[in-house]
Amino acid sequence: MSVQYVGLHEINGSLIFLDDVDNVGFEETVEIRVDDGTTRLGRVVQIEGKKAVIQVFEGTNGISLKNTRTKLTGKPMEMPLSKEILGRVFNGAGKPIDGLGDIYTDKRSDINGQPLNPVSRVYPRNYINTGISSIDALMTLIRGQKLPIFSGSGMPHNELAVQIVKQARLSGAEDSKFGIVFAAMGVKNDIADYFRRSFEEAGVMERVVMFLNLSNDPIIERTLTPRCALTAAEYLAYEHDMHILVILTDITSYCEALREFSSSKGEIPGRKGYPGYLYSDLASLYERAGIIHGAKGSVTQIPILTMPNDDITHPIPDLTGYITEGQIVLDRNLNQMGVYPPVGVLPSLSRLMKDGIGEGYTRKDHSDVSNQLFACYAKVQDARSLASVIGEDELSDVDKEYMEFGKLFEEHFLSQGFNTNRTIEETLDLGWDLLSVMPRKELDRVDDEVLDKFYDHDRAVERFELKEATIIPELASKGK
Amino acid sequence: MVSENVIYSINGPVVTVKDAVDFSMLEMVYVGNKRLMGEVISIKKSATTIQVYESTTGLKPGEPVYPTGSPISVTLGPGILRNIFDGIERPLKEIAKESGAFIVTGSDVPPLDEDVLWKTSVCVKVGDELKGGQIYARVPETDLIEHRLMVPPKLSGTVVAVEPDGEYKLHDCIVKLQDAKGEVHELTLCQKWPIKQARPVKERLPISVPLITGQRVIDTLFPIAKGGTAAVPGGFGTGKTMTQHQLAKWCDADIIVYVGCGERGNEMTQVLEEFSELIDPKSNKPLTERTVLIANTSNMPVAAREASIYTGITLAEYYRDMGYHVAIMADSTSRWAEALREISGRLEEMPAEEGFPAYLPSRISQFYERAGYMETLSDGIGSVTIIGAVSPQGGDFSEPVTQNTKRFVRCFWALDKALAYARHYFAINWNQSYSEYVTDLEKWYNKNIDVRFLRDRQQLTALLAEETKLMEIVKLIGSDVLPDDQKLVIEISKVIRVGYLQQNAFHKDDTYVPLIKQLKMMDVILHLYKRAKEVVVSGKALSSVLELGLFEKVTKMKYDVPNDHLEILDSYFSMIDEAIDQVQ
Repeated sequence: MSVQYVGLHEINGSLIFLDDVDNVGFEETVEIRVDDGTTRLGRVVQIEGKKAVIQVFEGTNGISLKNTRTKLTGKPMEMPLSKEILGRVFNGAGKPIDGLGDIYTDKRSDINGQPLNPVSRVYPRNYINTGISSIDALMTLIRGQKLPIFSGSGMPHNELAVQIVKQARLSGAEDSKFGIVFAAMGVKNDIADYFRRSFEEAGVMERVVMFLNLSNDPIIERTLTPRCALTAAEYLAYEHDMHILVILTDITSYCEALREFSSSKGEIPGRKGYPGYLYSDLASLYERAGIIHGAKGSVTQIPILTMPNDDITHPIPDLTGYITEGQIVLDRNLNQMGVYPPVGVLPSLSRLMKDGIGEGYTRKDHSDVSNQLFACYAKVQDARSLASVIGEDELSDVDKEYMEFGKLFEEHFLSQGFNTNRTIEETLDLGWDLLSVMPRKELDRVDDEVLDKFYDHDRAVERFELKEATIIPELASKGK
Repeated sequence: MVSENVIYSINGPVVTVKDAVDFSMLEMVYVGNKRLMGEVISIKKSATTIQVYESTTGLKPGEPVYPTGSPISVTLGPGILRNIFDGIERPLKEIAKESGAFIVTGSDVPPLDEDVLWKTSVCVKVGDELKGGQIYARVPETDLIEHRLMVPPKLSGTVVAVEPDGEYKLHDCIVKLQDAKGEVHELTLCQKWPIKQARPVKERLPISVPLITGQRVIDTLFPIAKGGTAAVPGGFGTGKTMTQHQLAKWCDADIIVYVGCGERGNEMTQVLEEFSELIDPKSNKPLTERTVLIANTSNMPVAAREASIYTGITLAEYYRDMGYHVAIMADSTSRWAEALREISGRLEEMPAEEGFPAYLPSRISQFYERAGYMETLSDGIGSVTIIGAVSPQGGDFSEPVTQNTKRFVRCFWALDKALAYARHYFAINWNQSYSEYVTDLEKWYNKNIDVRFLRDRQQLTALLAEETKLMEIVKLIGSDVLPDDQKLVIEISKVIRVGYLQQNAFHKDDTYVPLIKQLKMMDVILHLYKRAKEVVVSGKALSSVLELGLFEKVTKMKYDVPNDHLEILDSYFSMIDEAIDQVQ
């Protein structure tokens, strides 16, 4: 029979203070029984002598200094795990909320996880085909990677995430080992519902584990949600050899919950009021993606965050970008032009791409196409900014070519619609056709040998129904 | 009686002990029943504050704290190279063997393997007078590097006993030394040194030799010297880590210490894998033979992240003392500064700029001052070169870490987002970057390469500066209105940018370019400029030259000329001359 403490010393926001406690461990879980019959969970966040500060996950509504009994469990926060969690729905603290009862198992894991030894990691190399041209060709998603979507309010990041889940395919035989862990942090009910419906429509619901902390749920619980989700993901990946895609949305709400909690604890704030340890805290989530030696499964993360005011230098996207292996940035301009998915190509990046593409993975010419597309599209931006000053008519001939290329690139390559699934071959061929719109001498990132094989201006003219008049004859000639 | 010192309060990685008297500042302590490693960071009459290098989850007040009497130290001896450590010199490979893929707390594994037998040859005899830093034995640590065992710097005396050459373990005594007081010290294959204290040297020498990296934009435009300091600031995605990797692979230092401080786990794995596959061009051995990695990834405890930088530089100094040229890459110092901030915040210290503690500049300068080109205590020459990456928040160089770093380094390679977006790597911006070492190294370049090298460099920078000016006009009114001679500057600058500064790390020839090829490439570009200018001056249209395809050909020479056939570059001169003669 463990000791229970009657009453509290102090209550402040979501924190309660206990006095005269013995044998309390840092970060251990406590159970608080309130006289109204509810039991809430909390965690010890600070200890000073015999005084302990406890954070209550479900909030302190209705708690007074007198009406509680607090029990120390002696363990950090744990989550029960078995293969049965597939297809289930949990709340943000890992309790089932789908009415199908508790998970019965002996296996319980600390939700905080433990740092993965870099020596035990396997460098991720196998790509995931998402069927989305811009992602597959230019910022390839690799199994075991963490690749966030930087978005803003009103942009179709949820659609993009769903499309990735629907279309993502691993190479053949391993397909049945594919699973999804979805963690909603502070998202609206209809968005969580949208994801659930989409998973059902795609027929993958029995492979999905959902963790829902909706926007009206307690914020402290929100700080646990991604940890529960990642614990489930690690369990499925490393003990059941599944390839798990983790979708975390919305990291911005998570960070705000963290800030709220930090300031109620009276901590010294860092940038924009976020706690100084925001980087370490985010890292403790993102770094849980990966593949380890000896396990066949993998954990791939797609965190979604909405940039406040579309500001990529805001602390949340900024710190995220420093930890994750690249980012997919959505562009409001493209979105307004009706391009879906509105992937802003230039600021987007996949750091692991260079080792996961090319011969044996995608196609030999992949890196050539992507480098050249990036370089050309960068010049399109220069030409556009110049055109906005001097007018399009005054541009040099080459700049006009770039303007044309930019338009075609956005119309045909970026824009592909919610239901189109392109193979990697289709995507790369499309890339070459677009590049072939440009005069050959502008393609300075590619060896001549490769150009000889793939550059075909006539094919491009035909495919995109170009008017020959827009092409300057001597620049278009195939020779050097 | 058990230890009287017990934990009073716990707040994240910071714990305090009440009414303790027997601790000293920066002393290493073991905290709690699990014996977590920690360090004393402040002592007040009422309480002693300790930062713990491991996760404090589950720690309870009332658990004991054990003093060790010495500051946080690293073990120095053979077995460091080829190894990968965490921030406090715990061998990650051994930990993985012991406790699996995840790092558990309180694992107590000795830093260096104590059971390996090292082939040792002792090079002193009984009766020899030894002073601190003198070499008493040699051990072939890897195929590339001979490990030289040195008398600890503060010790000196007469050799009274010597073991014969043979195979010894790390803690075997091989030499006995009697000091002036008559006390006998046993010298083994290893020694300890506190990480926050610089190892002594005989004298700091003037900087005079470049660290050759084979990267054109660095060697040519912004060279770094052996014993120098450089900072690589850049927002995320600008290629800081890529730059560090390239330098670690190719620079001509004898030893590389690579510190992954608060960075990604997968990146460290990549370094591990890549370096063991890559072959050093000079010795034909894997690069790991000369490399030591320190990995404290972002999800590992924050206090150990603070220590990792010091651990790295101490290992670097140790090899410098043997007479080697060591380069240390710290990726990234911003994470280290953030660790300082995080701990400072937990201590409730008064924050200065952006929440960083007020002692940030002094900590940064203390770190960078440990670089240098030195005469060692054993009368050899060695150097430590520091290349630190900086990750400014939001890519804004005015933030405190970048600004303070700038004050203490002499080489500044500013990475540019716009260049990175255009996939121009290295994305080193030639307008914002600088190197103060050019004048120091002038003599070396003139003597070992050619006097033309720095002259060519000057012309290149002048052209690039002029282009920057012209581009401002072009941005406003387009390039068509410029006269031909200015258009030529823009065209030739494009050749310099794309054909020279931009370098492809994945191309077998372009990934490392010897200085002599760099010189010849500059010669070719400038020759093209000279001849094209003649045409323009003579009144002919620039387009007549551009049509010749020479600019494209010169731009691609970096790929077309293999490093072992540099004579092909000579044919470019005649090709340019012939083509342009026809126009004229």
